[in-house]
Amino acid sequence: MTSRLLAAAGVAALVLASGQASAQDTIKIAYIDPLSGPGATVGEVGLETFQFVADELNAKGGAAGRRFEILPYDNKTNAQESLVQVQKAIDAGARIITQGNGSSVAAALSDWVAKYNERNPGKEVIYLNYAAVDPVLTNDKCTFYHFRWDADSDIKMEALTNYMKGQESIKKVYLINQDYSFGQSVRAAAAAMLKAKRPDVQIVGDELHPLLKVTDFSPYIAKIKASGADTVITGNWSQDIALLLKAAADAGLQVNWYTYYAGGTGGPTAIKQAGLNHRVFAILEGEANVDHPASQATEKAFRDKYGISIFYPRVFNEMRMLATAISKVNSIDATKVGLALEGMTIEVFDGGEGFMRKDDHQFFQPMYIASFGERGPNEPFDEEKTGWGWRTEATITTEDTILPTSCKMTRPD
Amino acid sequence: MAELVLIATLNGVLFGLLLFLMASGLTLIFSMMGVLNFAHASFYMLGAFFGYQIARWAGFWPALILAPVLVGFVGALVERFGLRSAHKHGHVAELLFTFGLAFVIEELVQIVWGKAPVDFRVPTLLNFPAFTVFATNYPAYKLFMLAISIAIFVGLFAMLTLTRIGLIVQAALTHPHMVAHLGHNVPLVFMSVFGVGAALAGIAGVIAGPTLVTQSSMAGLLGPILFVVVVVGGLGSLQGALFASLLIGLLQTFAISVNLSLADIFGASGFNPQSGTVLSDLWRVTVAQTAPILPYALMVLVLIFKPTGLFGNRET
Repeated sequence: MTSRLLAAAGVAALVLASGQASAQDTIKIAYIDPLSGPGATVGEVGLETFQFVADELNAKGGAAGRRFEILPYDNKTNAQESLVQVQKAIDAGARIITQGNGSSVAAALSDWVAKYNERNPGKEVIYLNYAAVDPVLTNDKCTFYHFRWDADSDIKMEALTNYMKGQESIKKVYLINQDYSFGQSVRAAAAAMLKAKRPDVQIVGDELHPLLKVTDFSPYIAKIKASGADTVITGNWSQDIALLLKAAADAGLQVNWYTYYAGGTGGPTAIKQAGLNHRVFAILEGEANVDHPASQATEKAFRDKYGISIFYPRVFNEMRMLATAISKVNSIDATKVGLALEGMTIEVFDGGEGFMRKDDHQFFQPMYIASFGERGPNEPFDEEKTGWGWRTEATITTEDTILPTSCKMTRPD
Repeated sequence: MAELVLIATLNGVLFGLLLFLMASGLTLIFSMMGVLNFAHASFYMLGAFFGYQIARWAGFWPALILAPVLVGFVGALVERFGLRSAHKHGHVAELLFTFGLAFVIEELVQIVWGKAPVDFRVPTLLNFPAFTVFATNYPAYKLFMLAISIAIFVGLFAMLTLTRIGLIVQAALTHPHMVAHLGHNVPLVFMSVFGVGAALAGIAGVIAGPTLVTQSSMAGLLGPILFVVVVVGGLGSLQGALFASLLIGLLQTFAISVNLSLADIFGASGFNPQSGTVLSDLWRVTVAQTAPILPYALMVLVLIFKPTGLFGNRET
């Protein structure tokens, strides 16, 4: 009797094991981003976006006969923690990792991946960066296994300042940014480009504050107010932009805002509260109200499913290109996939053509400068149930976003 | 300039009073039981989350009363069934207990409410600008926070100095054995003080929740500052806690407003380190950028020059 039971258990174990074996046939993408702490709001949104695109691709049969599987890992926006998590992800069988929040984290990951690949030939890992925009990642510190889908900080500032150049009303500009590599590159680029394009504009403040630690921005707002600025430029993201705008709303600060990420969770609500109708601008690679039927249909499906709007059109570009590359080489070998991604062109999420530059693995795509406020008749989508939505103020073609690179990477033979 | 000073003072005093709400409980517990309660900021967080939950069910005003009572109750239970058993094994066991408790509470909060911030809003009744100075609005809710904090300080101070309960608590602070010999139930006093201390942190949580982001990392963000307040103010001294809270609140907000760097001060002397070197980076760091570390620098100075704290008479 006992032996029969044992045999049955053995069969059950075998069945379970084979089930696991078939699960290993999925294309595992390790998503390493903050899922707890102050960065969690953006981390969760990113995870849902990846999940959504993976489902969409799986519904079409995945890539190379395999399904996509997203494995979430919480790095608490911490570089050290990320390296622990990436090791766990590799142990779990992931050969593709993706991360976005925090250029300090991205730099550590990119470095780690390069070293890991040198030490483990044949088991290479590829790192797909969907949001960390420190220019150095595709310039001095570029590596073959790092690919970036978001426009880097300098590209965004170039576009923003080109738009600001034509705004006669701007006289005094205040810079406020997070105190780490990305915030510092925003501040340096803003100062240099404004000086070149609008020498008459005065920079009346240049602030750096701790990253994701400030919970009350009112002292900073008081300072902006006292400086007499009419325009603020900030690269802040996650709660740092939402709380900054919230404090501005509370204090009744009336200035124009040129931002990278005002669309993040909590941002639209604060803008509406402050009554800054079309006075907050953001540089984006797409927004809900861009007149493009395919993306608007996806936007609707996404909102129906998760109750939030699409904040990362670039995740769609990244995942769709990855699927194309895997199908093309019929393998998930990181080196082969990487070579297939190089130079690839794609119809991007909001329409128009984008391409992955071979020289530095930076993706170039059409960019939009949008303002947030009351909606017109052709703007179906609002944000965070405020009734207000994004409106495209200017479109920058792919060619006009191209900046030179200093990248000299070593390619696999 | 006058405008900046006034606004910074208001913001600093507000932050200081909020710190005081928490530090008062912490310093009482510390001096009475000799326990550095690492979980104290967790009670603050519990207050915010309980407040959020009750506010969703019954509105903000019931939450303002019920949430601190609940937190106080949890605090009393922790003392009765946790700390009291750990007490037998000495201070290290107590310290480790509260240290572990902080993690347990954080994990529990994450399990119940998730890891992302929750949408805890300022009540509509108070969601308007109270007054305008130099064209800057001051939100009514912040004024309300100020009023509550001051009322609690006055009430606490009156209770400790004017009532019989206060007398026993004060006596138990310094001579617990003598108080017990006189027939008072010292363990009950301990439990009550722990409960009240937790409830005070709970109040701070409820009123700070809507403005300072209710999330599972809020305890970790504020916890270290609390210890600074207690050490700088001196153990067991309410006045000390008040003074240190205000000092740190003002220090942080004013530091943010100052843009001076070493380069500005010594720039005239002609000494300027070559850019790109470590020294030049240090040279250009403004006072505003150092604001987050100033309280800790202050703590180090106090520990060196007056280890009893500014108002205390016991060694930390």
